[in-house]
Amino acid sequence: MGASHLPIKNLLRRPGRTAALVLLTAFLALSVFGGSVVVRSLQSGLDSLQARLGADIIVLPGSARSKVDFQELILQGTAGAFYMSADSLDRVKEVDGVALAAPQTFLASLKADCCAVKVQVIGIDPEADFTVRPWIGQSYARELGDMDLAVGCRVTANVGESLKIYDQNCHVVAKLAETGTGLDTAVYCDMATMEKLLAAAEKKGVTHKLTSDDADVISAVYVKVADGFDPEAVAAKINAHVRKAAAVRSRSLFTGASDSLEGASRTVALLAGAVWVLAFVILMIAFAMMIAERRREFAVLLLLGTSRGGLSRLILAETALCSLVGGLLGVGVAATAVFPFTALIESKLKLPYLTPDAGTVAALAIGTVAATVLVGTLASAWAAWRLSRTDPGVTLREGA
Amino acid sequence: MLKAENVSMRYFRKTGEANHFYAVREASLGLNAGEVAVLTGRSGSGKTTLLHMLSGLLTPTSGTVTLDGADLYGLKDGALSRLRNQRLSVIPQGRSAVDTLTVLENVLLPAQLAGKPGDRAAAERWLNTLGILALADARTGELSGGELRRMAIARALFQDAEVLLADEPTGDLDDANTALALSVLQSAAKERGKAVLIVSHDSEASRYADALYRMDGGTLERVE
Ligand SMILES: Nc1ncnc2c1ncn2[C@@H]1O[C@H](COP(=O)(O)OP(=O)(O)OP(=O)(O)O)[C@@H](O)[C@H]1O
Ligand SMILES: [Mg+2]
Repeated sequence: MGASHLPIKNLLRRPGRTAALVLLTAFLALSVFGGSVVVRSLQSGLDSLQARLGADIIVLPGSARSKVDFQELILQGTAGAFYMSADSLDRVKEVDGVALAAPQTFLASLKADCCAVKVQVIGIDPEADFTVRPWIGQSYARELGDMDLAVGCRVTANVGESLKIYDQNCHVVAKLAETGTGLDTAVYCDMATMEKLLAAAEKKGVTHKLTSDDADVISAVYVKVADGFDPEAVAAKINAHVRKAAAVRSRSLFTGASDSLEGASRTVALLAGAVWVLAFVILMIAFAMMIAERRREFAVLLLLGTSRGGLSRLILAETALCSLVGGLLGVGVAATAVFPFTALIESKLKLPYLTPDAGTVAALAIGTVAATVLVGTLASAWAAWRLSRTDPGVTLREGA
Repeated sequence: MLKAENVSMRYFRKTGEANHFYAVREASLGLNAGEVAVLTGRSGSGKTTLLHMLSGLLTPTSGTVTLDGADLYGLKDGALSRLRNQRLSVIPQGRSAVDTLTVLENVLLPAQLAGKPGDRAAAERWLNTLGILALADARTGELSGGELRRMAIARALFQDAEVLLADEPTGDLDDANTALALSVLQSAAKERGKAVLIVSHDSEASRYADALYRMDGGTLERVE
């Protein structure tokens, strides 16, 4: 026995009370949804960083700055220029336990007439490369040809356009998928193109030569360790065998990032959890108070022939409706607050930050709304249950 | 029709030596169709407690209440609530309005709780009889005590149940409205065959009684 319109009437005709409960649940949904989107973004940022650096060891020039420069280049997209002799690549390959070794050469373009944009140019060897090509392959099926560029998603150039770098005309053939790292502002070319660009840069007075003789230069070697070898030991062997180079575990390069990432996502998760618990308690108190205030009204419904079960359903329907509206509102507000500020969050955190795809976001949103409704309903279930245990004759006496 | 046999209600409260007392002790009474029973007694003597037990709202400590032979407190939740909706109507002491609804919606509420739209014209007729038709669309929160009481009477009559239990139905009413309310309740018994119980302090009420009861310290006694 029941009247299905009654919960809606009760909610609409007490706008103040309803608004308070809706706002409370909205706050809960907002913090949980916003928090989980940020945590997810940080995690996928780190995942994509690790995929892009899918090397066990990275060999960099032995200079003091090169490690820091490399980190900044990867994380923040700061231009970096550090070089070692191309011979180092051959020396690295000689080391026992090195399965794959792929060179990369870096060149920063200038903010000047000769260059269309100021970007980090990264030359790869398509033959040897094992980290960048799979990524380029996602958006470009062919090999990079002479003077072809694959550009990061945040470079302002589109496929089909040409891009002038040190007065050399390059063609943009691919735009890469977002990584959430500094690599999104870099452009990639093959080694032959890189040599031409290096030569052109030199004409503009940008030097990268190590010595006066014309030795080729590279900036980094990405190493994959063979199965059964300890990366730590291999790195130590490279350090001993290759002069003027420093081999580092790629993991150790970014422990700082992943530590602060873990710290950040733990903080956010903890905050979201604390807000959740707090909101649950507050909701429980709010619903219990709302029900206590209306005990007499509920007793009258029982008196007029509502069953105890029907009354519980009425209360649960009201709170479920309230939390549904609140949940949707909170997720909506969080969505409009989190996504436009992605860039700001990213620059504040100084960490790779990759917004999850629409499907994941939708799943998080639906999950949050469902959890909000569940929590709201649970919070009132106890009060409703208690009310339904009491004889209406007793309740009717209260606050007459 | 409605019959109470030896019903008692014990409450826990420190009274002298004992830690409990009987608000109603071994009370028996029967209500018959077409008759008005009036119950008087001093404040705190247990009248409301008895009325709640008669109307299926308060489980007695002992004794039985039957409606046409069926034990009210042996019924399941659904059956008992259906019975309260359709066969027993109660005018409770104190406020009994749902404040989010209008006066008319409050009167129609018993029908709507049964899943029916309710006969609007009938509801308005009862509001008119009790002189509050003009308030039909007012929210009950704005009403005076006497207006609310007449709304509750209109609602109980609209329910059109066989048994009508009224707890101080004239409590907030002036003399003219007291006479109106009592005569409306009487004609429910006389013209429409309802079994009516009126609980009242008002000596006025006993003039309408076919059976007169008095309650004293939880003990019920039939006076005439
Ligand atoms: N839940 C309860 N617990 C303890 N005592 C109660 C409870 N409910 C009622 N009482 C007591 O039972 C006694 C009878 O109360 P009841 O309301 O039936 O009296 P009444 O005759 O209707 O009084 P009035 O004329 O003032 O309405 C009172 O002393 C009251 O305090
Ligand atoms: Mg009373």
